[in-house]
Amino acid sequence: MARDLLLKGGRIVDPSQGLDTVGDVLLRDGRIEACGGTLGTPDGAEVIACDGLIVAPGLIDVHVHLREPGREDVETIASGAHAAVAGGITAVCAMPNTRPVTDNQATVGFVKRQGEAAGYARVYPYGAISVGQKGETLAEMGEMVAAGAVAFSDDGRPVESAQLMRTALEYARTFGVPVAEHCEDMTLAHGGSMNEGAVSARLGLKGIPAEAEEIYVIRDILLAKRTGGHIHLCHLSTKGSVELVRWGKERGINVTAEVCSHHISLTDERVGHYDTNAKMNPPLRTAEDIEALQQGVADGTIDLLVTDHAPHHYDEKEREFADAPNGIVGLETALGVNCTWMLHRGVITLSQLVDAMSCKQARIFGLPGGTLRAGGIGDVTVFDPEAAWTVDPTRFKSKGRNTPYGGTALRGLARYTIVGGRVVYTAG
Amino acid sequence: MTGPLGKDLLGLADLSAEQIRLILDTAVPFKEISERQIKKVPTLRGMTIVNLFFENSTRTRVSFEFAEKRLSADTVNVAASTSSVSKGETLVDTARNLEAMRIDMVVIRHPASGAPRFLAERIDSNVINAGDGTHEHPTQGLLDLLTLRDHLGDLAGRRICIVGDVLHSRVARSNIYGLQKLGAEVAVCGPRSLLPNAVHELGVQVFDRIEAAIEWAEALNVLRLQLERMQAGYIPSLREYNRVFGVTSARLERASRDLLILHPGPMNRGVEIDSDVADGPHSVILHQVTNGVAVRMAVLYLLAGGRPDLADAAKGGRA
Repeated sequence: MARDLLLKGGRIVDPSQGLDTVGDVLLRDGRIEACGGTLGTPDGAEVIACDGLIVAPGLIDVHVHLREPGREDVETIASGAHAAVAGGITAVCAMPNTRPVTDNQATVGFVKRQGEAAGYARVYPYGAISVGQKGETLAEMGEMVAAGAVAFSDDGRPVESAQLMRTALEYARTFGVPVAEHCEDMTLAHGGSMNEGAVSARLGLKGIPAEAEEIYVIRDILLAKRTGGHIHLCHLSTKGSVELVRWGKERGINVTAEVCSHHISLTDERVGHYDTNAKMNPPLRTAEDIEALQQGVADGTIDLLVTDHAPHHYDEKEREFADAPNGIVGLETALGVNCTWMLHRGVITLSQLVDAMSCKQARIFGLPGGTLRAGGIGDVTVFDPEAAWTVDPTRFKSKGRNTPYGGTALRGLARYTIVGGRVVYTAG
Repeated sequence: MTGPLGKDLLGLADLSAEQIRLILDTAVPFKEISERQIKKVPTLRGMTIVNLFFENSTRTRVSFEFAEKRLSADTVNVAASTSSVSKGETLVDTARNLEAMRIDMVVIRHPASGAPRFLAERIDSNVINAGDGTHEHPTQGLLDLLTLRDHLGDLAGRRICIVGDVLHSRVARSNIYGLQKLGAEVAVCGPRSLLPNAVHELGVQVFDRIEAAIEWAEALNVLRLQLERMQAGYIPSLREYNRVFGVTSARLERASRDLLILHPGPMNRGVEIDSDVADGPHSVILHQVTNGVAVRMAVLYLLAGGRPDLADAAKGGRA
């Protein structure tokens, strides 16, 4: 029997219970035993002094790429789950664009087992919407749900056929899981490698217009309206997308949305002189978009703050901009970036931060956790929103070093990451 | 050694007006070398220069090669199709291997915007951008500036219009940056589908009608219309392009003043420019080609650390 764990004297921030109070949290047998007030120390319990620290339900990130199976040279489920806990994240949802594609119950089961074996963050598999992510025929969603899939997505590419997306929304509704869309009109984005605007014009790079995303955002919202299915819109990057989601939510359509830490903090100017660590899809946009996205998180139009953690091999990023792969790692910087760019600038409160990084993630994806309520799973993130640190990619637990934040000063750092009542990461 | 331009020439966006003027002023004495019977001075004797061309080019490569040879540098031409690049070697490995052979400069043309900068940040040799993707073609920009200056004098306040496919043109970008730094007023004219969506951010005036551009401008720099643009659907047909945007003598004759006509070549006669204009009295197209060698000699010389005041002496072989 594992020892009890008492988190003593921290500021408990748990919007799932409307809680923001100084008190203790006790974990026993992998679960929350008690939350709030002053709790006695059980015999043999391990005690962590949390004075001046935030005690929150474990952070969750429903959008990561862990590259296993297929590209274990770039990231494994173990290294990615380790990176997650180093960033204070206790559970992740792994996107299915692996090699082979996670489009069947065997691969879903494999991802789940690898996550359990690693023993860091919990790993919940996504299943692909279509067989081979080819956008042609529906993958066996029912079998995958039975094997542990929590949602479906062809992320990395959009579902181009509106008819297939319609069917996916209807079919997934049967199992009560969301369908997550990578919104990109490929005919409009074709060949683009950064935001279309002044910077792309100057650098002579083909741009991706905001409308390439927005056309799919409104298409999918309308399909959700028609079908009653749950559409979750991945990594939104434009002001227009926020307005369209707001439009959908006002009409009671079953739409949820996420934004990545890099899209609320960096503009396309960060591409600078062709820095491939500022290349991702969707691309970094403009200051106006950042403001709208931040506001969207603040007013709840955007539900979740995610990373779209996308490790790539050094050699693959070390090349001509247009030819470099899309994506950056984010698990170990997300908390710091979100605190620095939104919390400390007064855009959102601590409760909103925890809600968007934990409670709402669990609620929308039907995951355990996202709460410190007694009886819930013992996933807790203890963090210091004031801790100043400088990003040093060489210290990442992720195999990926592809970050635009190398050398950036951030304020906000995880101190203890607790999964199933066990401390799996302590800041060094 | 770092000269007055820094280590590399990657684009005119990076240069100050003073640096641009320095290159143009340095090119003037170098022009004379090409007029001699023995077109060679020993200025860069012992230097090794690699012309690394990842795209086909005749004019630019030959122009660079003449510039290098007339300054007595040793040159090697590497074409991507015949090198190990086609075997999958990365750009940075190609460059490092060349550098391990102790070269001094790389002249690079590459289909990817930013490739010369990528290279310059990773090797010690001087890097000269001979055209990268749809980004910049700085020596073309410089030779256009020199040609315009030869004919119009000081470019401050002069009105220059760039005509055609600005969206995909590295020549257009280098011209816009260079002309603006020298104080010229710059406009562009072409179908909107071939102008950057954010064209206004480049600080240029936009003409939708070639007739209006001709009425406004003192010089037209007519861009080559790549035939693949039509195949990619940016314009409906070459015929219509010529009818709507072609620079024709009929259109020029209606203008209230004579316009200088530039074209970076190679020309599609009968598409963006008619033959009687290209070969007419106001065309300075061949003058551009001649200036190209001089400008490239100046760039090579200045990057090699040559003192501008010695350029005159250099051409006499005494530097």
